[in-house]
Amino acid sequence: MIKLTINHQEHSIDASPDMPLLWALRDIVGLTGTKFGCGMAQCGACTVHLNGEAVRSCVTLLSRAAGQEVVTIEGLSPNSDHPLQRAWIEEDVPQCGYCQSGQIMSAAVLLRENPQPTDTDIDNAMSGNICRCGTYPRIRKAIHRAAELQKEGGNK
Amino acid sequence: MATTKQLIYSLLTVTAVSVMALSFNTARTTRHTDTDGTAKDSTGSKKAFLAAYSVLMHPRCMNCHPSGEAPLQGDDSHVHTMNVQRGHDGKGLYALKCSNCHQPKNTPGLHMPPGNPKWHLPPADMKMVFQGKSPRELAAQLLDPEQNGHKTKAQLIAHVTSDSLVLGGWNPGDGRTLPPLSHAEFARQFKMWIDKGAFLPDK
Amino acid sequence: MTQDVLNTSRRGFLKTGAMLSGSLIISFVVPGAKRLAAMGMPAAEDAAAAVFAPNAYLSIGADGSIQIVLAHVEMGQGIWTTLSMLIAEELDADWQKVKVLHSPPGQPYVHTVYGLQITGGSSTTWSEFDRYRQAGATARTLLVQAAAQKFGVSPADCRTENGEVIAGNKRATYGELAGIAASLPPLTEPVSLRSPGEWKYIGKGVKRLDSPAKVNGTAQFGMDMRFPGLLTAVVAHPPVYGSKVKSFDATKARTVPGVRKVVQIPTGVAVIADNFWAAKKGRAALKVEWENGPNVNIDSVAQLAEFKKLVTTRGDKAAEKGDVTSALSKAAKVLEAEYTFPYLAHTPMEPQNVTVKIADNKCEIWTGTQMPGNDQTVAAKILGFKPEQVNVHTVFLGGGFGRRANFQSDFVSEAVHIAKASGEFIKMVWTREDDIHGGYYRPSFVHKIRAGIDAQGNPIAWEHVLAGQSIMAGTPFAAGMKNNIDEASVEGVSDSPYLSSIPDHYIGLHSPKLELPVLWYRSVGHTHTATAMEGMIDELAHAAGKDPVEYRRALLKDHPRHLAALNLAAEKAGWGKPLPPGRFRGVAVHESFKSYVADVAEVSVDEQGVIKVHRFVCAIDCGLAVNPDGVVAQMESGINFGISTAMYGAITLDKGKVQQSNFHDYRIARMHETPLEIEVHIVNSTEKMGGAGEPGVPPVAPAIANAVFAATGKRMRDLPFCNINLKA
Repeated sequence: MIKLTINHQEHSIDASPDMPLLWALRDIVGLTGTKFGCGMAQCGACTVHLNGEAVRSCVTLLSRAAGQEVVTIEGLSPNSDHPLQRAWIEEDVPQCGYCQSGQIMSAAVLLRENPQPTDTDIDNAMSGNICRCGTYPRIRKAIHRAAELQKEGGNK
Repeated sequence: MATTKQLIYSLLTVTAVSVMALSFNTARTTRHTDTDGTAKDSTGSKKAFLAAYSVLMHPRCMNCHPSGEAPLQGDDSHVHTMNVQRGHDGKGLYALKCSNCHQPKNTPGLHMPPGNPKWHLPPADMKMVFQGKSPRELAAQLLDPEQNGHKTKAQLIAHVTSDSLVLGGWNPGDGRTLPPLSHAEFARQFKMWIDKGAFLPDK
Repeated sequence: MTQDVLNTSRRGFLKTGAMLSGSLIISFVVPGAKRLAAMGMPAAEDAAAAVFAPNAYLSIGADGSIQIVLAHVEMGQGIWTTLSMLIAEELDADWQKVKVLHSPPGQPYVHTVYGLQITGGSSTTWSEFDRYRQAGATARTLLVQAAAQKFGVSPADCRTENGEVIAGNKRATYGELAGIAASLPPLTEPVSLRSPGEWKYIGKGVKRLDSPAKVNGTAQFGMDMRFPGLLTAVVAHPPVYGSKVKSFDATKARTVPGVRKVVQIPTGVAVIADNFWAAKKGRAALKVEWENGPNVNIDSVAQLAEFKKLVTTRGDKAAEKGDVTSALSKAAKVLEAEYTFPYLAHTPMEPQNVTVKIADNKCEIWTGTQMPGNDQTVAAKILGFKPEQVNVHTVFLGGGFGRRANFQSDFVSEAVHIAKASGEFIKMVWTREDDIHGGYYRPSFVHKIRAGIDAQGNPIAWEHVLAGQSIMAGTPFAAGMKNNIDEASVEGVSDSPYLSSIPDHYIGLHSPKLELPVLWYRSVGHTHTATAMEGMIDELAHAAGKDPVEYRRALLKDHPRHLAALNLAAEKAGWGKPLPPGRFRGVAVHESFKSYVADVAEVSVDEQGVIKVHRFVCAIDCGLAVNPDGVVAQMESGINFGISTAMYGAITLDKGKVQQSNFHDYRIARMHETPLEIEVHIVNSTEKMGGAGEPGVPPVAPAIANAVFAATGKRMRDLPFCNINLKA
């Protein structure tokens, strides 16, 4: 049994400690918002927060997450109203949508650490997340928009 | 300051030796015994550094000592494809911090992220660039306390001998090439370079 | 948002026919109220059952909810929203009450032109423009009749507004009227559609309906299917595509905790386990000996040499006019160029996966697919079932790009074989490596062009021979092939607008037959033909000493839609105006999928020879843009997709083994590698409607190549560009 906190709830997971966090989340806990894209930390679709950092859950073993705080896209905000989620809808960012959970989780760390990011800051934060539909221009726009929303007091 | 003095001393020695070489066309070696009892030997020191240099410039070492702000990857030392940046502490930025992908241990499999508990680049205030440096430039940089994080020679030796991230170069993960010398041999040559006077190579 | 799907087999009384000509016949049979329960329509998550289902494309619940059923699938292109707009427009629906479902396989959902159920060819909006509006208008007419009955007034005295019927001071919601509407006899008169002046949604646009679910993790993709008792299957595939299992030893694999079964299937060995990780570990522990098939002889270097030899001979005639040989001999100057293109993998972000349950003489399939009807047929054949014994539930596609439209239904077929062989309820999951090694690539092509210009620099002769595998050969679409010519190989060349101004030309095609399967990849033949055509035209412009935009304008003077896109892009890009030092422009214009797209790329090339694309200005004439921002999004998407393809895309084989395996060596452009500025302009056009999903891709590579030529004087003719040394 591996104990950890997922989206502010205690979980005990009966799995091998060498199971990547991604598969524990998806196949055992049933949180399927975190996606499998490459399995080798290349694409970022599996990005979750481990103690606030945007780790790639496909290579982060359950053993590393033991006793730690994990937040997934499902737990990013109580009512899907994180400034990034609102901005993503406003700017019509998603296309196929498969990478967007990871994109948003990465962007959330950026906005927390740099509330007014420049385009360069956005490149420096987001280039680990691949979008095959090429929604990058809208992701960029939505991050700028979310920064405004956050400034206006929309953050929780 | 001792290091600076040593540097000046060694430069003077090299000059003197050069003059001697011109005059007598003999081996360009200087030997004397320092106050600490270690035998100084410019040729042996430089030769040892050149051996260590072959390791320092190997992708396993150099990739995290880039000339730019982004780490390098692979045996061709290409810029990290994810646009990873050094950040002030050398641990990356925002969603692209080193440890977001690089685990405490190597992730098994070809092309998987190699791991180390303290995976990082040199910090922004002590970049310790290897890429593009000649042996002489790199040796000088390593010895310069302003550039080496105020490490004494003993600390430099300790760093290359036992730092876990340095050692990580010899446990690079599946499919990656190893530096040209064993770690023990590298550490020995590095120590020898310093012990024999920490002479700067000619070029 | 619900994504459950309907079961048409239980509702065969809803008949819709479509003719291949593109004209439309819809016969609406409105079911009696008693039969609605039996219909199970819609199988929605909420309790508000549909009470009014005027046709196969929508139903209305007592709560006023509008359930729209899509004949096409959402894979990013935004059709979830655009088709719903068409119905909402004519229905005068309350947009807040719209819910969307993917349809099951079924006759009503067959493509109005292609004759099978498919999402592809950038055809959804124009092919459904009438059918979906008709569906909405029919429902609205019946709701008005119902209101007239309820209010005791004439239908002419009623009007609709945002989900309500209003007559004087009386009003009723569609939900309140649904029951009465369901009891009305079907319409006998054709319904009239709104005039463009009355449009509320069309041409204006709404926010994507699928965004909320795609930003909080609730959107369900095939990969996300979860059911009690569902196991995960991972397949050991041969290192050389198409090889067969000679023998295998699963002793060790079976000892991996969580592994339940190991079964042989035609395409490999499947390891079935409690979860993906256990299955993958099981696969790693498997020992398989393979019997190599014919693909073991494929070697990319040798193949390229062979294709280059092929294009020195004329091949099958795809187009010809005059006498090109004689015309070339009379030309003031002849330019010769060879363009080469590697195989490409689609790599949608969601690796292929299919969930299959076989029980009680029925097969249930959940997957993201572009051709659910074909999948149904393929699955039925494997199982010896009738198609109606197979239910295909289409969920969101994590990208398609053509890979999920496969006549062999390779992914569905493999999963059905696993379920059949194991007797288990399984979700087959491919790893990224399985995806990249999984065949069905954009075919590799070589183009050889000899173009002659006269003393003024105008093209007078064009000889063009292509070599590459046929996509359509062996598929039902092969029936359309004439003289051995697969249009998907030569589209964009044989029908090029430039040729009409070139009196003597010859287009030839070689279609070498290989066992390595190939497939349409976003923009199909245009992925390579636009690069060759727009590259060569640029070469001619340079040889003629003319400005690339001016040169094209002159050649395209009788092609107003090309011209409109070209002029708009050139104007918005500031063509001819000074650029910051080190920046250079390149242009390309190309028609595909009935739309006309021009791009101006702005690039710089550093001392290391690294290309940076700073800006893209794009103009499209797609006729009416139903959802303009959706068109803009598709152009942005096409540009970034095109940049990945142009800069990095290459699948190469060595002794039949694909040398790439994941995103580290099959690179997709990342945010910092895509232009900071992308501007899209839509030509104000009342011309025939065209597509948007694919037409954005073709002009991207040539626009970049032409800009790099402007920067360096070097022509990039071998894809991908990252392999070209611009430093030397």
